[in-house]
Amino acid sequence: MSTRGPGNLAPQAPRRSLINDPNVRAIFFQILVLGGVVLLGWYLVSNVLENLARQNIATGFSFLDREASFAIGETMIPYSPASSYSQALLVGFLNTIKVAVLGIILATVLGTIVGIARLSSNFLVAKLASIYVEVIRNVPVLLQLFFWYAVISESLPQPRQALNPIPGVFLSNRGMKFPGLADDPIWTWVGIALLAAIVGVWLLARWARKRQEATGQQFPVVLGSIGVLVALPLLTWLAGGAPTALDVPELQGFNFRGGINISPEFAALLMGLVIYTAGFIAEIVRSGIRAVNWGQTEAASALGLHRGEVLRLVVLPQALRIIVPPTTSQYLNLTKNSSLAVAIGYPDLVSVANTTLNQTGQAIEAVSIMMAVYLTISLGISLFMNWYNTRIALVER
Amino acid sequence: MKTKIIAAMGTALAIALGSGAAFAGPTLNAVKQKGFVQCGVNTGLPGFSNPDSQGNWTGLDVDVCRAVAAAIFGDAKAVRFTPLSAQQRFTALQSGEIDILSRNTTWTLSRDTSLGLNFAPTTFYDGQGFMVPKALGVSSATELNGATVCVQPGTTTELNLADYFRAKGMQFQPVVIESFDEVNAAFFAGRCDVYTTDASGMASIRSTLAPNPDDYIILPELISKEPLGPAVRHGDDEFFDIVKWTVYATLEAEEKGINSGNVDEMLKSPDPTIQRLLGSNPGMGQALGLDEKWAYNVIKTVGNYGEIFERNVGVKTPLKLERGPNGLWTNGGLMYAPPIR
Repeated sequence: MSTRGPGNLAPQAPRRSLINDPNVRAIFFQILVLGGVVLLGWYLVSNVLENLARQNIATGFSFLDREASFAIGETMIPYSPASSYSQALLVGFLNTIKVAVLGIILATVLGTIVGIARLSSNFLVAKLASIYVEVIRNVPVLLQLFFWYAVISESLPQPRQALNPIPGVFLSNRGMKFPGLADDPIWTWVGIALLAAIVGVWLLARWARKRQEATGQQFPVVLGSIGVLVALPLLTWLAGGAPTALDVPELQGFNFRGGINISPEFAALLMGLVIYTAGFIAEIVRSGIRAVNWGQTEAASALGLHRGEVLRLVVLPQALRIIVPPTTSQYLNLTKNSSLAVAIGYPDLVSVANTTLNQTGQAIEAVSIMMAVYLTISLGISLFMNWYNTRIALVER
Repeated sequence: MKTKIIAAMGTALAIALGSGAAFAGPTLNAVKQKGFVQCGVNTGLPGFSNPDSQGNWTGLDVDVCRAVAAAIFGDAKAVRFTPLSAQQRFTALQSGEIDILSRNTTWTLSRDTSLGLNFAPTTFYDGQGFMVPKALGVSSATELNGATVCVQPGTTTELNLADYFRAKGMQFQPVVIESFDEVNAAFFAGRCDVYTTDASGMASIRSTLAPNPDDYIILPELISKEPLGPAVRHGDDEFFDIVKWTVYATLEAEEKGINSGNVDEMLKSPDPTIQRLLGSNPGMGQALGLDEKWAYNVIKTVGNYGEIFERNVGVKTPLKLERGPNGLWTNGGLMYAPPIR
């Protein structure tokens, strides 16, 4: 700290009153602000409780154990109207996670493709990508959701006149139905085998990298990985007696029964979010690649790398450092925008929590659950992306 | 919807900040100071509350609000309307944003208690029904096993629907869309086999929104009791009394044959009940904290219950509803006003 003037070189610090000590002042004001915040919080909370009590409105989270008595259209876990409110909220939460995870993956893929396409030397490809980005980014996402939902529910026929492009697959305004695998215990083991194969591939890639660093010899990692990924589940399936029974959708009464269904609400929400967010990710990818000095590409080419390798080994690793932080915000946006689902009838967390709020009247509790959940999801994404960002950051030696 | 979260948070904040001003004095004082009644209504349900192209609200629920304004101010126009979705309505009332909720809201035990509402007398007895396209060939709700059903969230409708299918051991697939327009569009586009809401609302939707009303039938079963009426906040008995007795006054007027046309002659009626109601024999207005002409003003400017019913939802309107259970008790209906004395 340079509070001492040049004339103040005496060994003893001059006596000053506490009021003039910047450290003391700083602490004093911080305590003052903190106190203010705590007081305001206390005032708000006590006011809420007092007002709720005056109007005889019940408070607390005990309603979570009561029977929800409303139905939910899409559930990943067993749920019926006889289940509790907490079960209903869990269903909504899982539905939000489902659309957010799939949305993030697909938006990243689409966004990267469009971003690179905008840099293409092919005039048509570059222009189409530009038009996509400009149109999509400038139309509100809610309108886009309504648009996709209307396209799906208005353009597709009724279940009885369902389109049947390939045997077993039916397209109607109730969604897309396709055959699923009939229940068999072996499928659990196939799933476990697949997970094991993924771990195996990771270990293989590590080993191959180490070996290349040590000996310079390359190993066909891609081919090997595909081999492991296919072979392990396939062998498990064969060992389990190779069941081939399919659960094929059949028109029964009002609608199709059996098979796997992708509902129009889910499809419209996923499509809307992916197409919207990809527009922003495309711009981030484009600017990230443009930010890498052209000299890097020239130098890499001079080393004899071909175009794919230049992009993969030289340009993208550097571009990623610029791309990752803003992409994190896009992932957060996509997750939060999924709450617009309520407008087109997809039962996400907000939709279920809103219904809960209305059936129980527990506005403050329901809103705080929603806020806590979104905060947790957002912080989780943020933490993961920060970890990833640190990992790929430039290591200065 | 994100805006809904913001609205809900805003409401939470409004409850939090709702200090002295909004709740200290009785609602009547606040209303008199403002000079108008703030009334929460449906965003648009023909026959009950619907804005026309000039922004004038009409409908049965709207007339209840006008009647309260007439009782307090002698002026049926001293009302401002807040259109509310099913999701917003209760928090709007709880937080003091509106004084009366008159929005085809079903009177239930939990709303009357833990939600902190007080329900004034029922102004419309309804029941939940099902509407299906004729092409489906369904003639009874018992044939609906496996159907996809369009419904609005956060309503008793949604609960009754689940209860009914559970009780009958049938399956259904709900499509729950919050926006009134979107849920209608989804049904008429064929996204659902069945639309369910209150029978009166369904009549209104079919007559005004269906591309071709004759293509749709309303199934005969009513699966619930839906007493619809205005609600006020707990804890203000004075205002609750005013809303209650305003509704009763319209019933009493119909029973006694007083309508907006003959109310002036009726002032000279020798019938003591009429004299008390219209204030030619004072006392009732004072008991409510209102002008002695309170009921006279209601009947003169808004009319009696029969007039309100026929004007908005009766057989001569597009909704074509019979009085049925909404007739006076003297005609075998459920409408009954306690003595005004």
